[in-house]
Amino acid sequence: MDFRLDDDQRALRAGVRELLTRRFGRERLRAAVDPPRAAGAADGPGRPGGGAPAPVLDRVLWRELGEAGFFALRLPRARGGVGLGLAEAVLAFEEAGRALLPGPLVATHLAAGEVPGAATGECVVAAVDGTLVEWLEEADVVRGDVTGAVALRPVDPLTPLHRVDRAAPPDPVAALLTAAEQLGSAARTCALAVQHARTREQFGQPIGAFQAVKHLCSEMLVRVEVARSAVYAAAVTGDPPDIAAARLLADEAAERGARDCLQVHGGMGFTWESDVHLHLKRAWCRARRGPCAAQSEEALAEDLLAPEECPEECPGECPRECPGA
Amino acid sequence: MDLSCTPGDEEFRARLREWLAAVLPGLPPKPSPDDWPGRRAYDLGWQRLLYDAGYAGLHWPVDAGGRGATPTRHLIFLEETEKAGAPYVGANFVGLLHAGPTIAAEGGAAQRARWLPPVLRGEEVWCQGFSEPDAGSDLAALRTRAHRDGDDYVVSGSKIWTSHAEVADWCELLVRTDPKAPKHRGITWLAMPMDAPGITVRPLRTLAGSAEFAEVFLDEVRVPVGNRVGEENDGWRVTMVTLSFERGTAFVGEVVACRRVLRELAYEARANGRWDDVPLRRRLGRLNAEFRALWRLTQWNVSEAERTGGVPGAGGSVFKLRYSQARQELYDAAAEVLGPDGLDLDRRWTADRLSSLSYTIAAGTSQIQRNIVAERILGLPKGR
Ligand SMILES: Cc1cc2nc3c(=O)[nH]c(=O)nc-3n(C[C@H](O)[C@H](O)[C@H](O)COP(=O)(O)OP(=O)(O)OC[C@H]3O[C@@H](n4cnc5c(N)ncnc54)[C@H](O)[C@@H]3O)c2cc1C
Repeated sequence: MDFRLDDDQRALRAGVRELLTRRFGRERLRAAVDPPRAAGAADGPGRPGGGAPAPVLDRVLWRELGEAGFFALRLPRARGGVGLGLAEAVLAFEEAGRALLPGPLVATHLAAGEVPGAATGECVVAAVDGTLVEWLEEADVVRGDVTGAVALRPVDPLTPLHRVDRAAPPDPVAALLTAAEQLGSAARTCALAVQHARTREQFGQPIGAFQAVKHLCSEMLVRVEVARSAVYAAAVTGDPPDIAAARLLADEAAERGARDCLQVHGGMGFTWESDVHLHLKRAWCRARRGPCAAQSEEALAEDLLAPEECPEECPGECPRECPGA
Repeated sequence: MDLSCTPGDEEFRARLREWLAAVLPGLPPKPSPDDWPGRRAYDLGWQRLLYDAGYAGLHWPVDAGGRGATPTRHLIFLEETEKAGAPYVGANFVGLLHAGPTIAAEGGAAQRARWLPPVLRGEEVWCQGFSEPDAGSDLAALRTRAHRDGDDYVVSGSKIWTSHAEVADWCELLVRTDPKAPKHRGITWLAMPMDAPGITVRPLRTLAGSAEFAEVFLDEVRVPVGNRVGEENDGWRVTMVTLSFERGTAFVGEVVACRRVLRELAYEARANGRWDDVPLRRRLGRLNAEFRALWRLTQWNVSEAERTGGVPGAGGSVFKLRYSQARQELYDAAAEVLGPDGLDLDRRWTADRLSSLSYTIAAGTSQIQRNIVAERILGLPKGR
């Protein structure tokens, strides 16, 4: 056992971070949120939000992600993929969450090898997740039943949403990759809060010297590290209860982390200009993907009744999801 | 990210299981919580069994008398002993989990040879004399004085909250050797024999009704200079090593125990009908997530500690913060499952609920842990 990242995993994480910093840094993020208006166009009513045009997916970036192996990461080499595992995918998605990279990343990643062009980033794939579809109109292929889908005016400026009537059955890998994105976002808001707390001064000292602020930051880090252990472990074991645990803890770390980050930023945190609200709104969107918290908690409750180790011969009565059950 | 066990690890696990199955039925009955001599004998007896079977000091370095086992084997050991319902470290807590490792890391050869083998063999019990009436969270404000007289330090002052003091042979003691130096620079770490003249132990009753800790009064107690670990006035640095063990790895086995309790709770709830209470059931599900993650965080911290030569880093504070809270939530949930019986002291979980209240205080309060996380990990400034 050595739970730490190995050298290849560190290199992969650094590579994805480098790519995203170069291709989707803060300026690009803000340009995506507030696209430069065409000359002569009238101010949108009540911008931001109100008359904002639907966000457009950056297809060039999408193909670059494809070339870098983001979507084909887990596809076997024999099928043109990178041939890596869930652990590596989790690291890549953590970086995506950190950078607030927009688009139906999880759906396209899961479609690699199944939908032509998904692996290379030539085809954008959306999917029903929970009772929502992200990026339905921008997608080339949509998986799941979207009859009667109704467009929402989405809370997150970079996640167009449609609501559908019938929930898709939750997919464990999608749930885990979502958890990884939440983890990346939580780590980022913790870092943003700490950065602000170190530099902003009030009463003649950095606000981070006040315990009320300091302790908010500490709790943010605790939630991040607990979620990180759960997400990485679930990536290694792939066990459904581990994935459910990872999702619960990562959702919590992302949502509460963004709220606390907002609090640490004071009035600045309530502005459109700050990135904090983008993290919070995206975290809310991801939290609606399947399974919902109640489903995860119920599954984890059932798991407590399953025998810790399977007897040699499976009596077939336990609630554990395994081939023998 | 490797969580796997080698075939050698699995063999180790299998042999350990066999040994536990053979030895546990022969243990004497557990003494009552108030029977301190009985508890001491019981805990030392168990340690002796471990020693004879080659399981004592599993993860201690070989040159400290340990077995130099990998972190994986240490975790397997904790997992299996807990699952099998083997006794917990008990009175051996300080010796095995923080004084011992501190001496192994900071002590001289003669000191290791004198103090470590008896801890491993289950012959001597240690206690921790750090806190004082006016030095709790602000430990470096401690005032117990020691001055040199020939080959001895002469120590006077008082300690408080000293767990297991009544039955201890040795005390890891912090004393002030230079009252003029800034408070962190005048402290020295000593090993004090508890039978030295001038020591008075007065038990204190905890809210659980038992006497887990004590006041220790020191009146001109002579401690040989050779019992000093680290240099004179360098005791604060040694203390940081001790505390990192105390916070970092000392609670590992308990996480496994909590996971077992949580399963027992689920079965109890199903038997008494509380399982149909959806919010309660979901609460148990969330606790399952919590303790699964804490176990993984343990594996993470142990893997990290391996890199730093076995001394756990500030990550121990992250763990301790969350674990102490989760443990309290676990026993609150237990009370919810038990309903009216949750107020019955004859139900084991009721007593455990009471003792869980100390977890956010002992070994550094949660507020202090948050300061540590903020200042040492996140780099936030100290307040004025
Ligand atoms: C069951 C148990 C066993 C123990 N065993 C031992 C033992 O064997 N040996 C030993 O030496 N000690 C032992 N202790 C003592 C323990 O380490 C101290 O109780 C602890 O460090 C807190 O010190 P205090 O009790 O003086 O509380 P105080 O330091 O007076 O704290 C009171 C409150 O003030 C808060 N506070 C204090 N300073 C700050 C600050 N800077 N910022 C924010 N909040 C602050 C604390 O968080 C706490 O809420 C034990 C304690 C318990 C409960």
